[in-house]
Amino acid sequence: MANFYTDNKALRYHLNHPLMREIVTMREREFSQSDKFDYAPLDFEDAMDSYERVLEVIGEICGDIVAPNAESVDTEGPHLVDGKVRYASKTYENLQALVQAGLMGITLPRQYGGLNFSLVPYTMAADLVSRADASFVNVWGLQDCAETINEFANDDQRERYLPRVVAGETMAMDLTEPDAGSDLQAVMLKATQDEDGTWRLNGVKRFITNGDGDISLVLARSEEGSKDGRGLSMFIYDKRNGGMTVRRIENKMGIHGSPTCELVFKNAKAELCGDRRMGLIKYVMSLMNGARLGIAAQSVGISESAYREALEYANSREQFGKAIINFPAVAELVALIKAKTDAGRSLLYECTRFVDMYKTIEAIGRERALTIEERQRAKTYKRLADAFTPLVKGMGSEFANQNAYDCVQVHGGSGFMRDYACERIYRDARITSIYEGTTQLQVVAAIRHITTGTYSAQIKEYAAGEYSEAVASERARLETMTAQFETALEAVKAINDPEYVTFHARRLVEMAGHVIMGYLMIYDATNEPDLFLKSAKVYVNYGAAQVAAHAQFIGSFNPADVEAYR
Amino acid sequence: MSLKIVVLAKQVPDTRNVGKDAMKADGTINRAALPAIFNPEDLNALEQALQLKDAHPGSTITLVTMGLPRSAEMVRESLYRGGDGGVVLTDRPLGGADTLATSYSIAQAIRHLDGCDIILGGRQAIDGDTAQVGPQVAEKLGLPQVTYAEKVTVADGIATVKRRLENGYEVVECPLPLVVTVTGSADACRPRNARLVQKYKYAVTPAECAALDERRQALVAARPWLNITQWGVADIEADPEQIGLKGSPTKVKTVVNVVFQAKESKRIDGADEAGLEDLVKELITDHIIG
Repeated sequence: MANFYTDNKALRYHLNHPLMREIVTMREREFSQSDKFDYAPLDFEDAMDSYERVLEVIGEICGDIVAPNAESVDTEGPHLVDGKVRYASKTYENLQALVQAGLMGITLPRQYGGLNFSLVPYTMAADLVSRADASFVNVWGLQDCAETINEFANDDQRERYLPRVVAGETMAMDLTEPDAGSDLQAVMLKATQDEDGTWRLNGVKRFITNGDGDISLVLARSEEGSKDGRGLSMFIYDKRNGGMTVRRIENKMGIHGSPTCELVFKNAKAELCGDRRMGLIKYVMSLMNGARLGIAAQSVGISESAYREALEYANSREQFGKAIINFPAVAELVALIKAKTDAGRSLLYECTRFVDMYKTIEAIGRERALTIEERQRAKTYKRLADAFTPLVKGMGSEFANQNAYDCVQVHGGSGFMRDYACERIYRDARITSIYEGTTQLQVVAAIRHITTGTYSAQIKEYAAGEYSEAVASERARLETMTAQFETALEAVKAINDPEYVTFHARRLVEMAGHVIMGYLMIYDATNEPDLFLKSAKVYVNYGAAQVAAHAQFIGSFNPADVEAYR
Repeated sequence: MSLKIVVLAKQVPDTRNVGKDAMKADGTINRAALPAIFNPEDLNALEQALQLKDAHPGSTITLVTMGLPRSAEMVRESLYRGGDGGVVLTDRPLGGADTLATSYSIAQAIRHLDGCDIILGGRQAIDGDTAQVGPQVAEKLGLPQVTYAEKVTVADGIATVKRRLENGYEVVECPLPLVVTVTGSADACRPRNARLVQKYKYAVTPAECAALDERRQALVAARPWLNITQWGVADIEADPEQIGLKGSPTKVKTVVNVVFQAKESKRIDGADEAGLEDLVKELITDHIIG
């Protein structure tokens, strides 16, 4: 009888952020759908009430079904049977519960049977599912791909595929190949056209999460003789048509419940999605940004489970005549896990709101001409979303790893045994900083927002905010941290060598990240001191030390020493 | 063939999460300290009803519940999971009913419905644990009954029911209409559905509707599916002598707190026949066997 939504007050707090009124009002087109759909909201309060109720349903399923199944799913894993994936038996149980609860196609428009929810409650659902079972969120969360069909496919494709996703069919995005991992421009899988215009796919994809999903988006080379990203197009492969077999399911360190597949396409019939040649340049970028936000949510969910496992163990395990939480060294570990979880989550929902804002305005733009002001706002939020997505994916996934590590540490020797959930959490966390772009690639995406000043401008906005007296000293320290970041940035820029910027990029991005999360935490602590004041203090203490270390490294670094790292 | 399915359900205090305030000093349940929930085995019954509806498209599920006005929440819960409507039986004179008066009142309500092919209920409620209401409703309506059901299917006017027994199960057949009580080992109830939660969250009884704002009142008026039926004594044409406290021969004389304590153990050497005889005698004396 656990409910992962109601037992975590931070979620309700983030759901009720002031920007939600605008997001939801736009997404519901001024609440104009209630005459047409019997489940559309009448007004803002009605919509928010629905979000809460539905999150309670998800929280209940996560607490009562998905979490208790996690250990069995991890042990059993999926199997390959006649070129098809058979999930672990409890994975089917999880999926059935979420499908019966109508939780597929959460963000899709109602005309296709979706719930038309804002991205914020959807991301929250992913946060909840990840806390329950980080492997299962991959199978369920790939419904994200439907957003790409909704955004870029034609009406006919939308009408054929989106209701199937809503009805519970799963999805996959087939991008990676043996020789095209981080460098997707090297994709080789061939797409050719029959005389009647039918597209056929031939080739191999590797490391494909839920590769045997019902509907797959496949990146393929449609322009013969082309070598780079401009020769790639996006295709929809429908499993009902056949032509693709699963050659192998990878044997992984973690997220065992999520089948990672090697796929062979042999003359598989497919449909072009959107325009030719735009596969990588436009659609994959959109897919990836959605997926990165998903991994950020997965990371926060993992951090939450690490926190809960660590806290429970530290409270129940007694040594030297008292619970080990009473020892400062253990208490600090637990407090730090909590602070990083709270800060990562705050950044996650800040970023989600930015994405939701620009995507919703863009969607309106496909229905009518936008005003100049609307266009400007979409642009502003898109830039913020582009800057915050790699930041939250990069730092959030590193936090998940650190938190899982510390969670095992709190458990001591027991944590190394398979008897405790922390061991699975530790293995599951490891992939978050690797897939959908490694942390190093997130830095590559984030660094231009360091040099062009997107982060600095946003930090200025935060600095101008009103904060409570209780966080006055944290605020002052954040100003110092900001100055250290700006000084370090100037020092790096002064060398006037792009290579040198790249060398320090991770440090600069992390500095900005700590300042941003610090401000978000003191904002949260101002609104809800009972929930966040302690975490705000712990986080700013931690972040200030990290920023100071990076400032010291950059400030005293001799540029000639870059050679020593080669 | 579509079915008219009735599900009997009770709102009960959540006795599974009992804190120290759960009982009052006089030994009765402190209902205020315990959250009100859908009786667990009634949820198993609802799931069987939903599976019948899945198998027989066009079927309808009507939830019938007797209790305080807030029992309307039970009807909403069933709507969220795929039910079609419900009746809240609530009236002051119905209060204080034992199982006899309750089953009479519920049977009267069912008689006032637009017919029914199968009545499903949980085996028993977690507050009283009597398991009497379902069978008594069957008796009052003159219908056959099948208890301890784990799975119910219907074909050609015949219900096939898998019954859980102590050491296995049996499968019985019974013509419709009938009453089936479902046990906790049956399939768990499916979750609330996000779309249905949004569609039915304003489903209200007339009394609840009065508390809504004007806009929502207009919505309820415009959408017939948002109206939950509320019946009182007059609506079910009940005999005042057979309802509530008056119609309840069961009287609670006293409630005693029982604390289980391990008694002193006795050791009997069973190496020979005499020892075994002593053991059997001991067990008979203590009424453990015989």
